Amino acid sequence: MRTYAGHSSARESNELYRRNLAKGQTGLSVAFDLPTQTGYDPDHELARGEVGKVGVSIAHKGDMHALLDGIPLDEMNTSMTINATAAWLLALYMTVAEENGVDRRALQGTTQNDIIKEFLSRGTYAFPPEPSMRLIADMIAFTVDEVPKWNPINICSYHLQEAGATPVQEIAYALSTAVAVLDRVRPRVPEETFPRVFGRLSFFVNAGIRFVEEHAKLRAMGLLWEELGRERYGVEDPKLLRFRYGVQVNSLGLTEAQPENNIIRIVLEALAVTMGRDARARALQLPAWNEALGLPRPWDQQWSLRIQQILAFETDLLDYPDIFEGSKVMDGLVDELIEGARAEMAVVAERGGAVEAVPYMKTQLVESHRERVRRIEAGELKVVGQNVYTEHEPSPLQEGEDGGIMRVDAAVERSAIEAVGEWREGRDAAAADRALEELRAAAADEETNIMPATLAAARAGLTTGEWAAALRDVFGEYRAPTGVSDAAAAESDEELDDLRERVERVSESLGRRIKILVGKPGLDGHSNGAEQIAVRARDAGMDVVYEGIRLTPARIARTAVDEGVHVVGLSILSGSHAELIPTVLEELREAGADVPVVVGGIIPKADEEALLAAGVARVYTPKDFQVSRIMGDIVELVAQHHGAAAAA
Amino acid sequence: MQSTPDEIGRRLRERDRSAAPAALNLIEDRTPRGREATARLLAEVSPAALGGEAPAHLIGVTGPPGAGKSSLLSALVSVWRERGRTVAVLAVDPSSKRSGGALLGDRARIEHDPRDDGVLIRSTAAGGRLGGLAAATREAAEALAAAFDLVVVETVGVGQSETDVEEVCDTVVVVVQPQSGDVLQFLKAGIMEVPDVLVVTKADLGAPADRARRDLQQAVGAVGAGRVPVLAVSSLPPGSGVEELADAVDAHRAALDADQRRPRSRRMSALRELTAEHGERALRALGGRREAERLLAGQDPRTGTAELVALLERSIEA
Ligand code: B12
Ligand SMILES: Nc1nc2c(ncn2[C@@H]2O[C@H](COP(=O)(O)OP(=O)(O)O)[C@@H](O)[C@H]2O)c(=O)[nH]1
Ligand SMILES: [Mg+2]
Repeated sequence: MRTYAGHSSARESNELYRRNLAKGQTGLSVAFDLPTQTGYDPDHELARGEVGKVGVSIAHKGDMHALLDGIPLDEMNTSMTINATAAWLLALYMTVAEENGVDRRALQGTTQNDIIKEFLSRGTYAFPPEPSMRLIADMIAFTVDEVPKWNPINICSYHLQEAGATPVQEIAYALSTAVAVLDRVRPRVPEETFPRVFGRLSFFVNAGIRFVEEHAKLRAMGLLWEELGRERYGVEDPKLLRFRYGVQVNSLGLTEAQPENNIIRIVLEALAVTMGRDARARALQLPAWNEALGLPRPWDQQWSLRIQQILAFETDLLDYPDIFEGSKVMDGLVDELIEGARAEMAVVAERGGAVEAVPYMKTQLVESHRERVRRIEAGELKVVGQNVYTEHEPSPLQEGEDGGIMRVDAAVERSAIEAVGEWREGRDAAAADRALEELRAAAADEETNIMPATLAAARAGLTTGEWAAALRDVFGEYRAPTGVSDAAAAESDEELDDLRERVERVSESLGRRIKILVGKPGLDGHSNGAEQIAVRARDAGMDVVYEGIRLTPARIARTAVDEGVHVVGLSILSGSHAELIPTVLEELREAGADVPVVVGGIIPKADEEALLAAGVARVYTPKDFQVSRIMGDIVELVAQHHGAAAAA
Repeated sequence: MQSTPDEIGRRLRERDRSAAPAALNLIEDRTPRGREATARLLAEVSPAALGGEAPAHLIGVTGPPGAGKSSLLSALVSVWRERGRTVAVLAVDPSSKRSGGALLGDRARIEHDPRDDGVLIRSTAAGGRLGGLAAATREAAEALAAAFDLVVVETVGVGQSETDVEEVCDTVVVVVQPQSGDVLQFLKAGIMEVPDVLVVTKADLGAPADRARRDLQQAVGAVGAGRVPVLAVSSLPPGSGVEELADAVDAHRAALDADQRRPRSRRMSALRELTAEHGERALRALGGRREAERLLAGQDPRTGTAELVALLERSIEA
């Protein structure tokens, strides 16, 4: 058991790690901030508002030294949630070990490194699909002998469910991803090494509130994985064929309304992955009761840790052999899921495999999520406290001065910007230039493994942003498909028809169709909300401009003006709204855009007022789950602002 | 700062980029008030007001959905900017029929520096109940031609597109991806007019793109248009063939007599718009198509399309 941690500066995170290790924690789980995850230095335009926010900022080997100061790397098991820039962060980690006299063969840990789910859900990609896959294959081929105790990749289905995946989709897309990775590694390693490569692959899965079905899902994944190993890859050693997985339980279903109920949901979800011994998780991470409010405080994390401890030590959960053995119901569920997953995997394969099928899978996820949102809105999917049993007593949990969440100090960003500038000044410039050249050459030649040049770059003191920029130069910039364009049109119902009618009326009065820009400023990759808003606005009859995640405020302003939109809707969930929203407003003003701006996402109550005062017209948070109602507001707002005939 | 339509038109004529979005907003406005304002705006940028045909190169980029048009434009825009040319892109997206709304996705594919005033991208939905898109796109192209070096219209379609967009363009580029047989069949069967430039995208896929290029080259040769360039390009970095395509498009423009072609297309557009607005009846009222064409041919060749339509309408009333 360990807690996923990291925030602000390397030094502060180091202190946190040391405290946790002193308390008996045996490993590290490092959370990096979004600039580090996407390959930007703290002083990059896109890093604004995000430095040190959702994790620690690591810009060069000096930061990595500070992060790991005094921690015995040869004894540590370090898990890093890092993907697009995994090769780089591993190189920094190895460099620190090397400079501290630790043999790389002793290093143990995991880099998440599953890029497909970044394109489909998580959003911290940096390079186009093919070069990204090559980086992964290079890392696997490199570590299997050089850093043999390292798990170079952890295939994630967790994030797929968080983006709306059904159980079948979660299984099918994760296993298709594994196939895409293995197929690429196979030609890069000696044949006799390959079964070990297969055995090194582990998974990170989700467990939702329908916990019986979720348990069946894990059994199904185990069976399919073994079958894949035997039949497609000829692996025979049962140890290497075992489906190894860790879990983070579902967070998408955790509510802002009556947030105390979330603890009950978390407990039930934890059961899904612990109930049956034949499919039990090797590691478990639980979110906190205040998931939909903001970042958890130490007390909130402790409460979740206690759930695990009570399950493990007070209950009789771990006392029995597999309790579902021979259960007809369980076997039936498993068979059904296996059948569904096989069919969906065949669709992906037909489209050329997981890499080629990214646009297809993304669209499927957006569709599934839309169905989920629709069912909640219609009351078909009951969410206690949100769409049923909504009357409630005031919650004492949120009474504190902090509103029940953790806050990150904005000064971290300023000092990180200064520090990275000084670092670049202080290093051997000629050596850095040489390393950069070498890196570029390695990147340009597909046959060359990227790791040696990346290690050289780490040693020479290059920065995260420089490493990624060199690769972006060679591989090209990339924007992942948004999945919204091909999402099918909604079935009409009374509410939608009424909305369309209003959109039509206001459009006629305006002279042209209501046009909305849905924008995601900054590095925040949470796209679910923006996607659902974009699709619904389209279904309501509006013209919608949605360019996906990772836009600079300047780009949003330019798009708003050039596209002549009537309203701008911004979505931010990562906590950078206080920095980014005013900047977007400023850019819009400067560009001469006279349009109302609405904002949605994780916006703590205390920040809402400030945004409204800065000129935002409306603020929406997860409690506003009725998207139709939001749409109605927007039509009204457009009508008012642009002096069109009343929408009502 | 609210500008009058005439001011907006004048600013465009002075190549003031900041007037372009307002111009487009007006042009898309289909109310009588908007139509009237558009007419005034367009009068300011008509060939008569400019003292000749707009110097811009009007380029149509068409092809089936997913062929790679927007990605190609992304690559072309950066080549054109390196060459110091300013570019406006009008991206026409197919729209959702049921609701009339549309997700305008082309823009996301066209990478550009948002602080670069030399690029403008505007997305519009094809169709939609407010109607009249074809005319709006043509008018937009005409207006932007006063302010940009290049005006590109991206539309979905193969050859015989229902819009009159191609009529307005100096150069029509048809874009296909490897293994899409339709265009090849259309060309062979002579159903499709031969474009000015043919492009096979996704050249990075190798052999299939190569084969498609050869097949198309042969097909255009067979219908006696062997001079039409057929190019294979890759829009994915590092990219290939994009510079050559930019050259081919330039070469087509250089060989073109715009003073001849544009007045003729304006006359055709005027007739098309008249019938779209008032039906075939309007033509009969003018004594038939032939008679109407003769009426238009008698006008000053620098007369703008909007004025030509107005002239026809007046003739009917008279
Ligand atoms: C799903 C989810 C994810 C998914 C995202 C998938 C995706 N493609 O969107 C995954 C698993 C990938 C993910 C990853 C991360 N997440 Co997350 N995630 C969530 C979660 C559980 C739900 C968000 C969601 O999608 N809800 C469903 C949608 C439909 O609702 P919504 O976005 O709120 O939108 C509604 C309203 O807010 C509003 N709205 C939203 N946008 C807009 C826009 C407009 C124009 C309008 C009108 C309305 C509107 O209308 C919508 C309809 O009701 C939240 C917690 C929670 N329960 O809310 C955390 C949360 C947002 N995540 C968080 C974090 C920290 C992360 C990570 C950084 C974790 C990490 N270190 O790896 C990464 C970062 C990823 C990245 N690149 O940025 C934090 C943010 C903390 C903060 N604000 O201070 C949260 C709050 C959890 C927490 N408490 O720690 N996450
Ligand atoms: N391999 C490859 N794919 C391309 C190329 N150009 C576009 N694509 C892909 O083809 C799909 C459609 O591209 P897009 O530009 O949107 O096509 P459009 O609908 O014609 O505008 C996208 O998935 C692109 O990534 C190319 O040159 N090579
Ligand atoms: Mg396109």
